[in-house]
Amino acid sequence: MSYILRRLGQAVIVLLAAFTGSFLLLQALPGDALLIKFENPELGLSPDQIAAIRESYGADIPLPVQFWHALTGFLSGDFGYSVQSGTAVRDLVAEVLPDTLRLAAFGFLAAVFLAVSIAFLSTFPRLAWVRGVLRSLPSLFVSVPVFWLGIVLIQVFSFQLGLIPVINPSPAQELILPVLTLAIPISAPLAQILTRSVDDTLLQPFVAVVRAKGASRTWVLTRNVATNALLPTLTIAGILCGELIAGAVVTETVFGRAGLGRLTEQAVAHQDTPVLQTVVLVSAVVFVVVNLVVDLLYPVLDPRLTRKAGAPA
Amino acid sequence: MTTLPQKILPQDLAAAASSAGAAPLLDISNLSVSYSSRGERVRMVHEVSLSIRPGEVLAVVGESGSGKTTTAQAVIGLLAENGQIDGGSIRLDGTDIAGWSPKQFESVRGQRIGLIPQDPNNSLNPVKTIGASLSEVLRIHRWGDKRATRARVIELLTRVGIPEPEVRARQYPHELSGGMKQRVLIASAIALQPDLIIADEATSALDVTVQKRILDLLDDLRAESGTALLLVTHDLAVAADRATRVVVMKDGRVQESGRTERVLGSPRADYTRTLLRDAPSFAAGYRTPRSLPGTLSRDLPGAGETESVPEEVPGIRVTHLVQEFARGRRAEPFRAVDEVSFTVPRGTTHALVGESGSGKTTTARAVVGLVRPTTGMIEVAGQDLAALTGEAARRFRKTVQLVYQNPFSSLDPRQSIAQIIGEPLRNYGRTTAAERAAAVADSLDHVALPRVLAGRRPRELSGGQRQRVAIARALILRPEVVVLDEAVSALDVTVQAQILDLLERLQDELGLTYLFISHDLAVVRHLSHTVSVMNRGRVIESGRTADVFGSPREEYTRTLLDAIPGRTPVTAPVTATPTSPHTP
Repeated sequence: MSYILRRLGQAVIVLLAAFTGSFLLLQALPGDALLIKFENPELGLSPDQIAAIRESYGADIPLPVQFWHALTGFLSGDFGYSVQSGTAVRDLVAEVLPDTLRLAAFGFLAAVFLAVSIAFLSTFPRLAWVRGVLRSLPSLFVSVPVFWLGIVLIQVFSFQLGLIPVINPSPAQELILPVLTLAIPISAPLAQILTRSVDDTLLQPFVAVVRAKGASRTWVLTRNVATNALLPTLTIAGILCGELIAGAVVTETVFGRAGLGRLTEQAVAHQDTPVLQTVVLVSAVVFVVVNLVVDLLYPVLDPRLTRKAGAPA
Repeated sequence: MTTLPQKILPQDLAAAASSAGAAPLLDISNLSVSYSSRGERVRMVHEVSLSIRPGEVLAVVGESGSGKTTTAQAVIGLLAENGQIDGGSIRLDGTDIAGWSPKQFESVRGQRIGLIPQDPNNSLNPVKTIGASLSEVLRIHRWGDKRATRARVIELLTRVGIPEPEVRARQYPHELSGGMKQRVLIASAIALQPDLIIADEATSALDVTVQKRILDLLDDLRAESGTALLLVTHDLAVAADRATRVVVMKDGRVQESGRTERVLGSPRADYTRTLLRDAPSFAAGYRTPRSLPGTLSRDLPGAGETESVPEEVPGIRVTHLVQEFARGRRAEPFRAVDEVSFTVPRGTTHALVGESGSGKTTTARAVVGLVRPTTGMIEVAGQDLAALTGEAARRFRKTVQLVYQNPFSSLDPRQSIAQIIGEPLRNYGRTTAAERAAAVADSLDHVALPRVLAGRRPRELSGGQRQRVAIARALILRPEVVVLDEAVSALDVTVQAQILDLLERLQDELGLTYLFISHDLAVVRHLSHTVSVMNRGRVIESGRTADVFGSPREEYTRTLLDAIPGRTPVTAPVTATPTSPHTP
């Protein structure tokens, strides 16, 4: 119980650090959203008018005070207003978050499915002839740029094969290609780690013992190897959740989908600090929560981790 | 590929004649097995023939690489993926199973042939409970429904002598001791009452006292159910104590086979004689305990004299060492080492003996400086460990080096031998590649390994060679003290004898001080000048090895000595005279 509390405390510290870091970095950038929006010579605003605008946005307050405002604002659920559109950031994010979460969740599931298939198929002796091909897939997957992959998938599946309509697709059809685009690069490290740990586990003496009990290959793989091989993979899976957000930026842009990634892309283009700050924090929350879950899952999956203290022989 | 038997050995005929009475349960004839590596096929087992009758114990004895394990694996159809049976037959109750598919073997494994593996510590699935692991064999063969299976698991655990079986069944392997785990594995092997049990070095990783209990248990179970036992072992003493017949193997060939008394009492093959000579517990009267350098003997406990301690700085001095481990906030800390004191004069060997859990390894780790003592003082080569910090502590590690038990896991598989041996040099100051190469070559010479091995990887070396590499790595920094933690326990007797000789020679040449941790009292007797017997963290008896072993004062020491296999009358005196009438 105290372990869980300690991990929760650590998570809060990580979030605070992420918030502070992103705040400072965004402030350190030359220029800001106001500059981009209002100091355009075409608008013909006088320096006084610009100064007045800056003041109304609170840009002239000293940094520590701004930081304090931002922090208390975030804690109370007020993420500020987008400089570019003037909408509340909370509404902007709330509008696109479900889409992105759906994409990310399906993308992750697809990646896990791909990785597990590769890892387990490549251990079957009857598939020895394709083993080399299967084992080289992860390296191929990881070296494919996401934007290129997206474009190629659209080209092949939508235009050449005509399997997925470009215009007015059903919600399911709409998801297939972005999910694939997102899943393939993420499945690569997962598959690599999983294949590796399946191989390592298969060499463990206890596997020979299980086989000596008369277990079939499938029995050994599903009931003994899988649980053991899962452990190292889980850590990687947690870390890869960060990749999901980065992947979503590119995927949503390529496929023209509304989402957190698209929002990020536009906010970056306009240096829309409040939006960016929120995106960073949302990503950090997702990342921290996922890794917290992974950490708490570990002792459940591996009983050796439940009690650390013990007497060595 | 067909093979022809080269010749029929006379002992085969003798064995065949003596077994004429009953039909053999397992009959292996002219079995040949090869492994392919890098496109080459290497024959590991050459025309091996042996047979086991129902209820019999047959010991297959040999060093690693002798093909004994490969033969056993072939019987149960568990050869490594690159292994292949080239010829011969394996008849189980008359059916040749040599060419069977994995699918066919599944019905035999567990049900008709049980396996007890070598190392209990990694032979149970770490994320499964004991109960789940044990019931697995029952579930695979659809032995019964859930309730019956559960009851059977408890019954089996009780039968193999595990206290509180209901509690144990819910625990995980890491919560059980090695001996306990081996009992679970035995329970799993006997669960379906197979006709044959293969025990592949089943007790080699265990303490002598535990080994004795496990072997006794196997004897009981065999007597109860009439199961035959194929005992694969490198330990002649175990074979002598337990087997009705013995097959001696070397380089994949049967050297000799016959009734145990005959083979060990009047061996016909030269190799059997070598094995008998090298086995430490067999050597008649033991080697004379090494005499102590005269001036140092006064320094020892039990030496009788009460003169003042000589000027010379001892190699190791441990005073009132206490080592505790926290067990959570509420529980009392666990005291692994309790008020341990001993002194090792320079250039001599001190042994710490005891069962696992006695605190000997923890003491060793404290001496090397890997753990900080809770209280007490450790001096190594005159240096107080507690006084060392930072850079000085790091430099101190040059003076004391550690050689681990398992030469298979203590070497980085991805480094070459030269990199492994040279690594300590890289940690201490700048050395050029040429200097390192020279030092490595020198180290290899010291441990009597050919220099060409420098470019190889650990997996290309035998166990004995690997342990030599580990010793070479320890020696390259020219330490004064070497801590040997079960350094020869995993090795074959012949290799073990060679390594012990090597250690003795190095000690004489380099004036090394050894702290020798072992559960094998025979080896300890051979190598060490003085000994401390440890039990539950305390030193219960210490003194000169000859005195402690010759006339033990403590009951516990006597139990340890009695558990050494090969002390029963079967061990006929080994004269090994070259004029034996059977010598070719």
